[in-house]
Amino acid sequence: METTIYALSTAPGRAGVAIIRISGPKAGDVLDVMTAGRRPAARGAALRRLQNTEGEVFDEALVLWFPGPASFTGEDCAELQVHGGLAVIETAFETLETLGCVPAEAGEFTRRAFENDRIDLTEAEGLADLIEAETEGQRRQALAQMTGALRGLYEEWRESLISILASVEGEIDFPDEGDVPDALSHRAFEPLVILIASMQEHLDDGRRGERIRTGFTIALIGAPNAGKSSLLNKLAGRDAAIVTDIPGTTRDIIEVRVTMGGYPVIISDTAGLREAVDAVEAEGVKRALDRAVQADLRIGVVDARSDEELADLQGRLHDDDLLVLNKLDLAPGASADGAYPLSAKSGEGISDLEARIEAIVQERLSARELPALSRARHRKNVETASEALGRALSQLAAAPELAGEDIRLAIRSLESLTGRVDVEDVLDRVFSQFCIGK
Amino acid sequence: MSAEWDVIVIGGGHAGCEAAAASARAGARTLLLTHKLETIGEMSCNPAIGGLGKGHLVREIDALDGIMGRISDVSGIQFRLLNRSKGPAVRGPRTQSDRKLYREAMQAELAATVNLTIEAGAVEDLIFDEGVCKGAICSDGREYRAHGVVLTTGTFLKGMIHRGQERIPAGRVNEAPSIGLSDTLYGLGLQMGRLKTGTPARLRKSSISWEELDMQPADPDPVPFSFMTDKITVPQIECGISRTTEETHRIISENIDQSAVYSGAIAGRGPRYCPSIEDKVVRFADRTSHQIFLEPEGLDDDTVYPNGISSSLPDDVQDAFLRTIPGLANVEVVRYGYAIEYDYVDPRELDATLQLRKAPGLWLAGQINGTTGYEEAAAQGLMAGLNAAFAAEGKDPLILSRSEAYIGVMIDDLITRGVTEPYRMFTSRAEYRLMLRADNADQRLTEKAIELCFAGPARIERFQTKMGELERAREMARSRSLTPPEAKKAGISVNADGKRRNVFDLLAYPDVDWDMITAVWPELAELSEETVEQIEIDALYSGYLERQQADILAFRRDEAVRIPTGFDFGSVGGLSNEAREKLERARPETLGQASRIEGVTPGALTAVLAHLKRKQKDAS
Repeated sequence: METTIYALSTAPGRAGVAIIRISGPKAGDVLDVMTAGRRPAARGAALRRLQNTEGEVFDEALVLWFPGPASFTGEDCAELQVHGGLAVIETAFETLETLGCVPAEAGEFTRRAFENDRIDLTEAEGLADLIEAETEGQRRQALAQMTGALRGLYEEWRESLISILASVEGEIDFPDEGDVPDALSHRAFEPLVILIASMQEHLDDGRRGERIRTGFTIALIGAPNAGKSSLLNKLAGRDAAIVTDIPGTTRDIIEVRVTMGGYPVIISDTAGLREAVDAVEAEGVKRALDRAVQADLRIGVVDARSDEELADLQGRLHDDDLLVLNKLDLAPGASADGAYPLSAKSGEGISDLEARIEAIVQERLSARELPALSRARHRKNVETASEALGRALSQLAAAPELAGEDIRLAIRSLESLTGRVDVEDVLDRVFSQFCIGK
Repeated sequence: MSAEWDVIVIGGGHAGCEAAAASARAGARTLLLTHKLETIGEMSCNPAIGGLGKGHLVREIDALDGIMGRISDVSGIQFRLLNRSKGPAVRGPRTQSDRKLYREAMQAELAATVNLTIEAGAVEDLIFDEGVCKGAICSDGREYRAHGVVLTTGTFLKGMIHRGQERIPAGRVNEAPSIGLSDTLYGLGLQMGRLKTGTPARLRKSSISWEELDMQPADPDPVPFSFMTDKITVPQIECGISRTTEETHRIISENIDQSAVYSGAIAGRGPRYCPSIEDKVVRFADRTSHQIFLEPEGLDDDTVYPNGISSSLPDDVQDAFLRTIPGLANVEVVRYGYAIEYDYVDPRELDATLQLRKAPGLWLAGQINGTTGYEEAAAQGLMAGLNAAFAAEGKDPLILSRSEAYIGVMIDDLITRGVTEPYRMFTSRAEYRLMLRADNADQRLTEKAIELCFAGPARIERFQTKMGELERAREMARSRSLTPPEAKKAGISVNADGKRRNVFDLLAYPDVDWDMITAVWPELAELSEETVEQIEIDALYSGYLERQQADILAFRRDEAVRIPTGFDFGSVGGLSNEAREKLERARPETLGQASRIEGVTPGALTAVLAHLKRKQKDAS
């Protein structure tokens, strides 16, 4: 039976509308779940609230339904035209995967269309180019965006997989060799444990999923009356915090939710850091400090006229946090190393800060190294591999041939990350480690 | 003019014997031509059959009613089932053979084969008629015409023996090489190369101090190769186990420049898994000792094969290092070891039936295709012989896929990827290893032999009886089930999920054995041991096999898309030059095979598929 595939058919990144295409036997069921049973009429478009498998609404979208065979691929097809934010797209992908859909391989829609005679054969010549471009484009993108650290990680995985499989296959294929220890596969135990842990860490990396659901948190910290609340209001585009020139006005934490770089962001305005004058303010300061520690990003706000504040705050900020020199209108030309001089009051310099925040949010939450679609597939592949390796671990002692089976499955699902691991690579390893040849 | 023969098989080694028998079994008038009748079925190197992967091949040969399994069963003198403690998918039957018994049984088998004629003759050239191979010419001028020729030259093609500084043109010791045939093949414009292999000295059994050695016995209950054999009746012997010493390694290191391989005299590549003792000492310099099995070559043979120390050092150095090995202090050498270099044809020149694409009518099998091992050779011989016979009879070829048989894995590997060293089968080469087991080779393949009319009546009857019982047993197992409380009463703890579990489901629990099952259903106790074993294996692997089935379906879909012979990859639009060149060179026969060629992208595959579909449409 055919799988049901999905893909983002608009360019990944920021766009007003993103189109997600779904093709395969489950397309109809998926629509029913996501629209709470309100599948649009065949070949019709309808506005629907989209929900995940938990029943939580995550977007309002134009939904189209094309039952096969009169569809693009000849199979049952659906299209979701969602709001282009990455968080929405990610949630949609997550929901589709929970419902048993798989990310499409490069060119798979086209290939299905073609196999079901939905594409005029005269167009076929152009197909290869199209698919090649798609594959090549993805590969280049993936390579270009893959950071050195990540590439190193994947190489480590590949290396580890080869040696794990070599231990298992070596025990199976060379049982009668003096140089091959009887329980060779036991040597795979430790590397397997390490590899699985490494994959889990990769999957949980930076609690990305959680942040996408709950929002990226930013804490504004600084001395009283440095202008944190004004900055908050500017970033939020509305008056969320009461702004006065009385120091200590903000006593508890004020949070606003905004969308930056396509992701939900929660900005907290905290009580000014100073010796509190009363118990309420003291509690506020304590909370401000806690929040600052927990936040994903801290923005230190100082009055551009106060060197003291600057020095105090620099001690509380992490290396990759941001520093704002506020009240530029009162201290024209103020500057400090790596700081953003701006005026929360006039708006001068705000756009630079916003751009920087957006970049940080995207870098930490989004695709990180890969475009959304590739990432969804890769994530799925790492999950599959990690599960398979977990099973392999439990079978290692009792049934190495079953462990071998699961390790091979893991290798196949990781091929897009680690490159192909051929049986020759594994045999090479066996022959270079052991003197085979009775 | 009608040919005298349907098929001529050249060569009487393991590939040639199996090819001749298969061709004759398929109904073709077959002629086996070989240098010497006495050496038909000779085991030139290690007198052993089977092992991991190789044992699987023998079972598959047997399932296709081939002869190697049965001959091994009547000549095996030390049967051991390797990996006995592991799962059934990776158990490999193996035996040492009595060389004389093997040879005699093989010669008797072939002599009794209907449709098969055997003649002695040194073939020097082939007859071609408009590019199609139509027969063979012997060195004495005799000519034989046929519809097809199967060539199994082993190490004879420009064979050159190396020992120290000696160079002896030979196919085996004291047997002349084939020079003319090599020239004929070069003349066809084939990609060819040199490979090498080696063999150890043979020792006089009576000169070995056996009392100093550990001995390895045969299995107490020998497991036969052939599905036709009930019981092994040949007496079983023990092997001696010894080890090289630091002194052995010192002598070898000091004389390494006298080794034919290390002096640079040999260009051909040898197998990494069958290194000479020189290779072992050089490549694994940190090891101070290597194991040696001392294997008697027969029940009443005074020759011993020392497994693990093949060498191309000069005689005196071989003598010297052998005597440093425990048990061999006074050893007498019957024949010294040597390395041999020979021509092979790049197997990418072959189609999936092992026929040369550049020379229709000519099939190749065995070492000429870059493989090593009796079993690999025999399996190719079987397929080449059958397909040559089918071609002569105008029938469709028999091609086994990677998802059906190790034979399919091997041939696909050879013709798709070529070789860089002599190719040997390992179970790790098979993607569908849990499915391709030695125990179910008959269930996978015998039906094909029956359908295509090359299985004998005895095989058919036995197979059908077995399958009848197996089907009945499987039905019984499927239809008997327990609820969780019932299971609990029978002493089997399962989740209380309300699901009924049948015999297969229950057996899949690690602590459930057959006795617990028959305690619940006493009627199952009547099933034969063999049948019960199959049920248990089905149960053991069921989860994995179901998943593999899905893979196999996808695999077979691409395999089912055939690319016609002579398909012009140049006419496919949108192919990159690189992909086109690779496809032209490999000439895949199916879309699946094309996908396994390195550098062929999904885009290239789609382009090829598109082109094929359009042609189909234009044709209809």
